[in-house]
Amino acid sequence: MRVQIGSPDEKHNQAADAVLDEALKNFQSSVHAWSEAEFGKPRTVSAVHYTSWRVVTGWALGCVLAAGSVTGGLYERHHRQEVARIAVAAEAARQQKLADEQRALKENEDLLAQVDSDVSRQVPSAMEPLAQLMDVDEAQ
Amino acid sequence: MRASTQVMAAGIILEPIESATASATAGRVREVAAQEFSSIVQTHRPQIFRFLLASTRDVDLAETLTQECFLKAHRNWDRFRGESSAMTWLMRIAINLQKDHWRNRRLQFWRHTQNNAVDAGEASEWLPSGERSVEQQMMAREQVQQVWKAVEGLSARQKTVFLLRYVEDMELKEVAQVTGLNEGTVKAHLSRALAKVRAELRGTR
Repeated sequence: MRVQIGSPDEKHNQAADAVLDEALKNFQSSVHAWSEAEFGKPRTVSAVHYTSWRVVTGWALGCVLAAGSVTGGLYERHHRQEVARIAVAAEAARQQKLADEQRALKENEDLLAQVDSDVSRQVPSAMEPLAQLMDVDEAQ
Repeated sequence: MRASTQVMAAGIILEPIESATASATAGRVREVAAQEFSSIVQTHRPQIFRFLLASTRDVDLAETLTQECFLKAHRNWDRFRGESSAMTWLMRIAINLQKDHWRNRRLQFWRHTQNNAVDAGEASEWLPSGERSVEQQMMAREQVQQVWKAVEGLSARQKTVFLLRYVEDMELKEVAQVTGLNEGTVKAHLSRALAKVRAELRGTR
């Protein structure tokens, strides 16, 4: 739609453009004034700290490693304790077995000794008929 | 035999002199480059700061980014071929730093980031002290505030183009060079930005 020269629409557009131009001019002056005022001020500037994904990944990896080390250490400690407990139990069982073997051996020895003694005590009477027979032979 | 001995002797004597001259020349070149860069900083620092201040409305951030811009420019000064003006080159660095800053800030959503940006009302308080009546000053302040509000609603690219054109008074060609866009795209962004400013001024936004 073309606006006719001298029409109310054209005048309205011109007025709007004038307002826009003035506003843009004021805006520019305002920014320039603000910038000039701030530029001259002494200021302490702190460095901007950027957190990149690399840093975040590094931290995450570090945390995982730390957690892994702690867990690994705890597992290793628990494993060693378990191994030591098993070793102690095995040693105790071995000692017990040895003691049992020694006791059984001693019992066997005692039993054999007792048998020997019993047999030796019974032999004279057992040999009695033979002795008598020998006596009879001698008498004849 | 004697002649060659003389030549060799002369070579031995000349070598340290040549290397001393070369080192002196290199030192002189460095000195000239440093002076040249120093003059670039003096000339363009206010403009870079102004653009970054208008873009961020944060004085501390604008100052920090300005420093980073010149630090980056200094590091790459030997690579500056002069194909564009120093201002264009510096402004391009400033725009990239600003982009990086906002990108990093978006990633820092879990971190408390300090935001010192002033609002449109506070930013519009600044007006040059001219011979204006109180009424004119109030009207001007209101207009500036409306423009700031419109700028808030622009996309990053529209805002950059608008500020370069209407705050830094750059020609369309320069804006295109600085932003790396073609002139047609710059015109389109500018037209959309102006439409928003116009709507804000009419109060129809």
